[in-house]
Amino acid sequence: MKSTQTFDISHSCLLDATGQLTDSCPTSISAEHLRQAYATMVLIRAFDQKAIALQRTGKLGTYPSILGQEAISTAIGMTMQADDVFVPYYRDQAAQYLRGVSLTEILLYWGGDERGSNYASPKCAQDMPVCVPIATQYCHAAGIATAMKIRAEKRAVVVTCGDGATSKGDFLESLNLAGTWHLPMVMVVNNNQWAISTPRAKQCNAQTLAQKAIGAGVQGLVVDGNDYVGMAYELQKALSRAHAGKGPTLIEATSYRLGDHTTADDASRYRPAQELKAAWEKEPIKRLRHYLQTTGLWTDADEQALLLQVKADIDQVVADYTSIAADAPESMFTYLFEELPSARLNQYQQVANAAASRAVGGGSHHE
Amino acid sequence: MNDAVKDAVISSLNKQSSVDSVKSVTLVEAVNMALASEMRRDADVVILGEDIAVNGGVFRTTANLQKEFGNKRVLDTPLAETLIAGITVGMASQGLKPVAEIQFMGFIYAAMEQIISHASRLRNRTRGRLSCPLVIRAPFGGGIHAPEHHCESTEALFAHIPGIRVVIPSSPLRAYGLLLAAIRNPDPVIFLEPKRIYRAVSQPVPDNGEALPLDTCFTLREGSDMTLISWGAMIHETLEAATRLAEANISAEVIDVATISPLDMDTICASVAKTGRCVIVHEAARSNGVGGEIAACLAEQSLFDLKAPVVRVTGYDTIMPYFRNEQHYLPSTAMIVEAAQKLMSYQ
Ligand SMILES: [Mg+2]
Repeated sequence: MKSTQTFDISHSCLLDATGQLTDSCPTSISAEHLRQAYATMVLIRAFDQKAIALQRTGKLGTYPSILGQEAISTAIGMTMQADDVFVPYYRDQAAQYLRGVSLTEILLYWGGDERGSNYASPKCAQDMPVCVPIATQYCHAAGIATAMKIRAEKRAVVVTCGDGATSKGDFLESLNLAGTWHLPMVMVVNNNQWAISTPRAKQCNAQTLAQKAIGAGVQGLVVDGNDYVGMAYELQKALSRAHAGKGPTLIEATSYRLGDHTTADDASRYRPAQELKAAWEKEPIKRLRHYLQTTGLWTDADEQALLLQVKADIDQVVADYTSIAADAPESMFTYLFEELPSARLNQYQQVANAAASRAVGGGSHHE
Repeated sequence: MNDAVKDAVISSLNKQSSVDSVKSVTLVEAVNMALASEMRRDADVVILGEDIAVNGGVFRTTANLQKEFGNKRVLDTPLAETLIAGITVGMASQGLKPVAEIQFMGFIYAAMEQIISHASRLRNRTRGRLSCPLVIRAPFGGGIHAPEHHCESTEALFAHIPGIRVVIPSSPLRAYGLLLAAIRNPDPVIFLEPKRIYRAVSQPVPDNGEALPLDTCFTLREGSDMTLISWGAMIHETLEAATRLAEANISAEVIDVATISPLDMDTICASVAKTGRCVIVHEAARSNGVGGEIAACLAEQSLFDLKAPVVRVTGYDTIMPYFRNEQHYLPSTAMIVEAAQKLMSYQ
């Protein structure tokens, strides 16, 4: 028997778990780039801890921690062009922050306020809001990329999801379209080994998730997602291809979810303690700091200054977040349609009047 | 819309144009005309779906559009309904005005998550930063001897979703004007085309680019004894029933709801205030249908105008039978006449 096609899936790791470069640093990634990426990762990890603390004290709703996956998300934010469009899943705080979403807006969203997705910065005006239903955002990304292609724009879409999402039809249908229509898309699968309690091995029998790309005629590769340098480098190459009209790329970024699925979850019920301990040895921030320090790009004084700045920034973010009162109840109608249909005016008046009478000390007046 | 404008629209609709220069077209052709007209007017309008470009759609509603507008604006998609709905959301978020076709309503359920969780709420989720000016078209309803899964009337599923509009034309004229309005509307519209009457009637439809309102029922026939309310293909049995009732000296007003959601209860209540009796006719299963919503609104708003119970003539609460028995499922003119005559015993 002859084989008709052969495929292989590359695996890249530039900065290993001990913080040593296995090859020279790509020239497209400057020292300043790495310093900013490192500072972002430290900020986002501190923000993440603060968000969990806010949830534990009743000041935030359910929150999904990004702990352990900061390199993937930071590399996305650092490498995207300003006029590209980002389509995130719910564990992409670092990329969102670098795109221009404020940390206050991220807290507002997880604090139960729609205004958290009304990004004030014009830099991320076209970015999609956090997507909670799994993998559905892949279709949106494919549609946005289609719009760019129809208009012959030199822009690209970056879309993310977790390992569990690769089992869903939305993911596979979008991947298939990206290949068929040659869309300017970079698809990042954040393989943190767990979909709530379901481990990677029970999600799919494929040796890698990246190889799903092969079935769609798309280039697929695996990158050590805890290796900031390799992650940024592969994203740069994939984005260049997309911008040049050379089609989509699927990047499986391997990492480990060091936290619970969300604050509503307790991973100790299903996650082996030894596995968690081993994963901490490979986490991304320590290895980048080691590299920066041993190459003289980061000093103890830099670290002290960064930690002070991070604390001040987060204190300000929390102060801003906690000072914002809930939106008016009738706002549930304000954005339902561009113009509220007259058939809904009665209900609008009802909620507005009920809110007004509560405000003057009355009880609930739901009729 | 104020009453004067509304009256003008309705009277112009009821007038059957006899001008020779205006082409007489079927509902299929009217859909095609509206798509072409709006694509000429607005470069942001793109259409997509399965078999719509080269083949022109299985019902030919999109025939010749790729020839005129090219393969960047008329897109044959892979066979994936979730994807079609989902990319339509993404395209709309970029300011395009995509009009997607789902080949049959029986295949639209794969798109439901995208419609419910994304299309209907992108504006609200982002407080207006992004929006979804999209249309999803689908042929629906039974009566054409089609295979199973090709005959559904499940408009109530969509009418229950806040943040989208549901529109159903019942004539070539209204298909043209309502589809233009749906495409121009800045929010998502589900546009359901009654395929039983795709080619059943032709009427002159001027290709004048004039849209109809999306928040108004159409009064097709004035009457004083009762109000017959319907939409889609059943309008034809309903109008026929009104003619038969007239022969028995019963004067029936006929309202085409057309905009299923949001519902124009003002027009319906005003008619019932005049007639005091009401029959609601729809092809869809009875329970939890749009007819039930109309009846509930009448109970809330028009109780003291009613001389008789509001009754429904509808499909049964069953799976739509395959075509050898579909005529036993679909409401008939005789059933409407019988229900109406019973109401006349209430004075
Ligand atoms: Mg996961």
